[in-house]
Amino acid sequence: MPKTLFEKIWEDHIVHDEPGKPALIYIDCHLVHEVTSPQAFDALRLAGRRVRRPDLTLATVDHNVPTWSRSLPITDEISLKQITRLETNCREFGIPLFGLDSPQQGIVHVIGPELGFTQPGMTIVCGDSHTSTHGAFGALAFGIGTSEVEHVLATQCLLQSRPSTFRINVEGGLPNGVTAKDLILYIIRTIGTDGATGFVVEYSGEAIRRMSMEERMTVCNMSIEAGARAGMIAPDETTFSYLQGRPQAPKGAAFDEAVAYWKTLPSDEGAAFDRELTIDVSDLAPQVSWGTNPGMVTDVTGSVIDPDAISDENERRAARRALEYMGLQPGTRIEDLQIDRVFIGSCTNSRIEDLRAAARIVNGKSVASGVSAMVVPGSQQVKVQAELEGLDRVFRDAGFDWRESGCSMCLGMNPDILRPGERCASTSNRNFEGRQGAGGRTHLVSPIMAAAAAVAGRFVDVRNWE
Amino acid sequence: MKPFIKHEGLVAALDRVNVDTDQIIPKQFLKRIERTGFADCLFFDWRFLADGTPNPEFELNQSRYIGASILLAGANFGCGSSREHAPWALNDYGFRAIIAPSFADIFFNNCFKNGMLPIRLSEVEVRDLFRRVAENEGYRLTVDLSEQMITGDDGVELHFDIDPFRKQCLLEGLDDIGLTLQVEDRISAYESHRRNFGAA
Repeated sequence: MPKTLFEKIWEDHIVHDEPGKPALIYIDCHLVHEVTSPQAFDALRLAGRRVRRPDLTLATVDHNVPTWSRSLPITDEISLKQITRLETNCREFGIPLFGLDSPQQGIVHVIGPELGFTQPGMTIVCGDSHTSTHGAFGALAFGIGTSEVEHVLATQCLLQSRPSTFRINVEGGLPNGVTAKDLILYIIRTIGTDGATGFVVEYSGEAIRRMSMEERMTVCNMSIEAGARAGMIAPDETTFSYLQGRPQAPKGAAFDEAVAYWKTLPSDEGAAFDRELTIDVSDLAPQVSWGTNPGMVTDVTGSVIDPDAISDENERRAARRALEYMGLQPGTRIEDLQIDRVFIGSCTNSRIEDLRAAARIVNGKSVASGVSAMVVPGSQQVKVQAELEGLDRVFRDAGFDWRESGCSMCLGMNPDILRPGERCASTSNRNFEGRQGAGGRTHLVSPIMAAAAAVAGRFVDVRNWE
Repeated sequence: MKPFIKHEGLVAALDRVNVDTDQIIPKQFLKRIERTGFADCLFFDWRFLADGTPNPEFELNQSRYIGASILLAGANFGCGSSREHAPWALNDYGFRAIIAPSFADIFFNNCFKNGMLPIRLSEVEVRDLFRRVAENEGYRLTVDLSEQMITGDDGVELHFDIDPFRKQCLLEGLDDIGLTLQVEDRISAYESHRRNFGAA
């Protein structure tokens, strides 16, 4: 019987399955960071339990780390406590840690793939909802809560009820100036922020096949914003060549053996999905969010929605509230929205290709007066690579801040936050109220849209950029 | 884990859709390394004005909802981040059950790990409960997990569905890890033939 990519990985990882109970599945890779783990380690200690497989566990600090120079001290004492707690926990339980002083430190969803920990066919979890990023490799990867972090630490397994499957076929090619970020924003806009709740989404089709690994990561990263348990893309030659030579990827004959297995993973011809959707992106425009959730999105050529035009009462009220929070009037053209801040970073869009594309837009230009713009590379390795290519110079010369790696203003747990009322063009993944700082107003866009907005001081259609 | 068997309490109505975990507990409170002490952080940016005084506009600040232990909310409650601090904060504040037409997956799952019961009812049933709460100050409900019933003094009787395994875990206050370790031999057996290409 033909099987989907998800089914193959799921069945390969069942440790124990009893009727009427969720399946016990094995976890190949557990990523740990400073914010959602301390309570889990404490509970292990309290119960006298050990970490079953420290060798399959990997920790880094990303969420609350400052992005100013690493030579400066961490001034937030509570952040510092969380970071040092992770260090002591990793030492006590024997878990490898890429700490603040490590050349491999970075956002957990950037370093996993970069170091080759993320591989096709794996199950990967982390106490972070954007774990869906790793699905770009044809892995089953999803976010978990702290109690489940504890469960995985203690047992290397997780109790999971089997999700349904949802295939989104993305046909056509993305036009120039339209990116993976625009595609995933458009998908969320189309199906809603709970449009994939209960499903694992497999993205397929021509547009996906043509994407680089980094673009695929951007797509899978935001699956959670549509409510999906996970997002996945079938592994192919693009995947294999990305992995070859990465520090943690199999080497030599083992790599060939791995590739032979990975090639068996894509969904079989005729495999049945519980739900399917096909979209064509040949005419897609750059997307900009106008509201306070990632489904409240429109074309850059469009206008701020008129809540009165929404038929569903709940959605209408939510849109009204969103416009009030965002300080927007119905009918205002998106291109007329002036911005105060620009943030290029986050596990969605902070990889080298994102920075290259943004740098091409700002090259030789300047950040508009009154706009404060920053670039936060996803990892130290991304930062070093960008500096080798001179991208830091391009950004600095244009007036951008060039920072150290971390989650930064995607969630504002560190000192990088918006002030109340500030409007920000952000390459991150969530425009929730207060997400980037209490009272801050986030508009989600692609890196090139953010870069163009920094220069223009307002949103512009990057397709017309010269 | 504290069992959940039957709970009777005051119902608070938060008639908003897509309430995300960033609202339930804003990020500045995620730096605590403990599991408790989050009650004052719940819905912080909605609950308090910039000067730190309670926002009179916010639903839960209404005097009629003081002491509420059942939260009634709109669809897709708990969307966004996986932070378990969200159910911890709701629990610390005093909520034991949450009723909504739908929940985000990770939040839904996290509730069960903390002895809390998230209940999915139809949009029509939830709408009807919002009306009853609006019309009756001090509106209370009883949630009976073993019977899978919600009942009120006004005669309301609603059946709800729940996964039988989750039900059993809540009723008995079972510890997931303890359950899993009962089949430790299966884990070892799996590990002995687990796929491995000579790397992590």
